[in-house]
Amino acid sequence: MSIKIGSVSKNFGQFAALKDVSLTVPSGELVALLGPSGSGKTTLLRIIAGLEAPDQGQIFFDGVETTNSHVRERQVGFVFQHYALFRHMTVFDNIAFGLTVKPRRERPGKAQIREKVFELLKLIQLEQLADRYPAQLSGGQRQRVALARALAVAPKVLLLDEPFGALDAKVRAELRRWLRRLHDEIHVTSVFVTHDQEEALEVADRIVVMNQGQIEQEGTPTQVYDHPATPFVFSFLGNVNLFHGRGTAGEVQAAVEPVPAVGYVRSHDIEVERQLSDPTAVRATVRYVQTVGPLVRVELALADTGAALEAELSREVADRLDLQVGEEVYVRPRKVTVFAEDYQI
Amino acid sequence: MSRFRKTHSVLPGFGPALGYTIFYLSIIVLIPLSALVFKSATLTWPQFLAAVASPRVVASYRVTFGAALLAAGINALFGVLVAWVLVRYRFAGKRLFDALVDLPFALPTAVAGITLATVYSNNGWIGRHLEAHGIKVAFTPLGILVAMTFIGLPFVVRTVQPVLEELDAEIEEAAACLGANRFQTFWRVLFPTMLPAVLTGFALAFARAVGEYGSVIFIAGNMPMVSEITPLLIITKLEQYDYAGATAIASVMLVVSFFLLLTINLLQKWSRRFAE
Repeated sequence: MSIKIGSVSKNFGQFAALKDVSLTVPSGELVALLGPSGSGKTTLLRIIAGLEAPDQGQIFFDGVETTNSHVRERQVGFVFQHYALFRHMTVFDNIAFGLTVKPRRERPGKAQIREKVFELLKLIQLEQLADRYPAQLSGGQRQRVALARALAVAPKVLLLDEPFGALDAKVRAELRRWLRRLHDEIHVTSVFVTHDQEEALEVADRIVVMNQGQIEQEGTPTQVYDHPATPFVFSFLGNVNLFHGRGTAGEVQAAVEPVPAVGYVRSHDIEVERQLSDPTAVRATVRYVQTVGPLVRVELALADTGAALEAELSREVADRLDLQVGEEVYVRPRKVTVFAEDYQI
Repeated sequence: MSRFRKTHSVLPGFGPALGYTIFYLSIIVLIPLSALVFKSATLTWPQFLAAVASPRVVASYRVTFGAALLAAGINALFGVLVAWVLVRYRFAGKRLFDALVDLPFALPTAVAGITLATVYSNNGWIGRHLEAHGIKVAFTPLGILVAMTFIGLPFVVRTVQPVLEELDAEIEEAAACLGANRFQTFWRVLFPTMLPAVLTGFALAFARAVGEYGSVIFIAGNMPMVSEITPLLIITKLEQYDYAGATAIASVMLVVSFFLLLTINLLQKWSRRFAE
């Protein structure tokens, strides 16, 4: 089931949550809506689900307009950030809920429901917890139950609103890998909202980067990460350093063209050296050195302008250099993306 | 006791708190109530039975407990409705309505009784119209029901309201996404989470209605065997200086009420089983 969003706008009072957004989600794909809070990603997801009505624009499921159909009729599975499990029902009853509320003639028999629920419990690896209440489960378990509950009705579209947002880092990493594997198995068209770029890059087939109610860029994780279309996308997808200068948009062109431009460089694309080995290298002073797990983060100040700079070195390189605070070094950006100065992040 | 000594708490003081609680409950509840039992124990068994099981007294139990249960049931139903409207919708004068709910608490019961009796009498504002349909409220058992419903109204509303306020809209959205219609969403998703609060409100409304005297006697008509409530019989006995007889009836009321409330509490515990 493909989803097509045609020129959707939505306002909440004075606040424009979505401004003329168009997007197509191909059938069977896992798409991430990525953006900071207030970027409109959750609103877009809720409009797809039918939990919110757009002020303008249409939603199509497989070419059929669903803009005005009730959420009940859209056959979407929705997973909420805070699980929204029915706390007075056991895990079993939660998962069975969607089947038991079907009209009598469509409702499967008791045995069939039981079979389906246990099939799903097996899928989420919680078979032994069928009789527990949600309050007795951990966060990760609850979210898996919520997912199973959404899948029980065989939805045409699976929508997940920050599904791992309320979980701790380790569980989150485990669950997103599990979601990826699950999606590879069941291939239901899925859209998930996240503000965590790492999550989007790791899980999604396609990433849609949103900002201030508009889509900044969409593409595969590699496309979006390697070829960011706007400074916003560049800075949202990772750590970034700015080099102000004059140049043309494109690859590095330091101080040739008379157009004010900003060079964007990822922290891990900055090389730190003791000797001047390349004419593009500039002098800088080491301000601070911090080891963060497998990486070493180095704060530097450029010698000419005093602008702050952050470099991420591997432990190996850092150990070899053995940088001291206050030391003078040369820094060289390996890869620079240049945008014209008037862009605002 | 070693078990308690080991638990560390931000607010310690289990000992004094429990001690004070027991002392307080003894002074306020237990001692007066045991005096009641001791006084009625001055009767011999035949005397006791004669006092508590005479036809007139038994009829009064039926009227009191029957009307109280019915009134609490009505309040449970409409209390949920009122709470729902007050929580879910925004309308002009909402705060006023909210304040109105507590009025039956604040009004002196005699005032309530006289007012209800007037309004529901043959030529009262409401009674006049009911009379036209052949329904008599004032000075009949129906009047007792009206008075008991009146004074019990705030309990269900005030216990259900906070629960409804805390209900997450996402729960309803989840139910709708799963294909539940409005009735299914209410009955299978929302109502079970409200049920413990409804039962608490029901128990409180019931307890209040059983013990109600002031507002009921003005509207009841107080006909023996028909519309005479047990508290009135107790007062009558007291006026005849039959203290032992009065306390005997009172102890029966106490025991029945206690077991009914206990049952409701167990029901309430069962309805909250998911929270453990």
